[in-house]
Amino acid sequence: MDEGLRNELSKQGVFTTTLQELYNWGRRSSVWPLNFGLACCAIEMIAASMARFDIARFGAEVFRPSPRQADLMIVAGTVTKKMAPLVVRLFNQMPEPKYVIAMGACAISGGPFKQGYNVLKGIDRYVPVDIHIPGCPPRPEALLHALLKLQEKIAAQPLTGEHRPRHLSPDVPGEFPVPAYGPYDLQPAKNDDVWRPALVVRTDAG
Amino acid sequence: MGGTDQSYLFLLVMGVVAVLFCLTPLALARVWALLVSPAKPGDEKNAPYECGIRSVGEARVQFHSGYYLYGLVFLVFDVEALFLLPFAVAYTSLPVGAVVAMLIFLLLLVEGLVWAWRKGVLHWQ
Repeated sequence: MDEGLRNELSKQGVFTTTLQELYNWGRRSSVWPLNFGLACCAIEMIAASMARFDIARFGAEVFRPSPRQADLMIVAGTVTKKMAPLVVRLFNQMPEPKYVIAMGACAISGGPFKQGYNVLKGIDRYVPVDIHIPGCPPRPEALLHALLKLQEKIAAQPLTGEHRPRHLSPDVPGEFPVPAYGPYDLQPAKNDDVWRPALVVRTDAG
Repeated sequence: MGGTDQSYLFLLVMGVVAVLFCLTPLALARVWALLVSPAKPGDEKNAPYECGIRSVGEARVQFHSGYYLYGLVFLVFDVEALFLLPFAVAYTSLPVGAVVAMLIFLLLLVEGLVWAWRKGVLHWQ
């Protein structure tokens, strides 16, 4: 429908929508996070769900204890290499469509523990992260901001066509490979389909 | 058609409506899934355990038959606690006969305890 006609109709009190908008409105208005905290960021996540910050205002207060009922995984805290396969497995067990918020410096990059031998340097090496929140830890407002950004992202997702999200394509696999414990590091050290290291170009010029 | 037939017809209609009321959302969800949301089951996704760790071993675990003694002793104390609480609450207003009956009941349970004691169940091995 033409956008101008739609504006005219809404001025006359006639609300028009599309099935896609209605569907995305429903999805983004009730994002259920997985009840899943790894470190200190989880405390801020808990604070965000309580009365003062009240994540229920955005429809995301139903923290689910089971991955089968969750839409959103908030990776809240340091992901150790011991824990990383469990995180990926939990993400695999969530039903589509599913989203990931990497909360805090540790979940993004390893944070202050980046040099640690047993700390994963960012959960985006194994699962596709939709929103990154910097901070150590991020305040609850930052988590709410991330949720709003995620809602914007969900609202813009088409249901059909070439640019539809990953889970709507029948031929794209729904599970991500779970890393195994190796003698020195996780095997494999990263999922190449999800994450590639930043390319550093060194030139002699200059 | 008589009045009784009519009431059974209502029952039938209500049953059909109830079944349709349940099946329609399920059918709509299935149609929606077929249209835009392809199912992608997998080993990890279908795993029964939901805490990120692979499940190990069998779910059907057998206990040693010797545990029946513990079961019996548990029953003695459990039933005793269950009946002693209302007994204690209503104690002052009970007639003598009820108190005597309750004491006999308690004696029966204590007898079970004595039996277990003599059999050596209460000794921790």
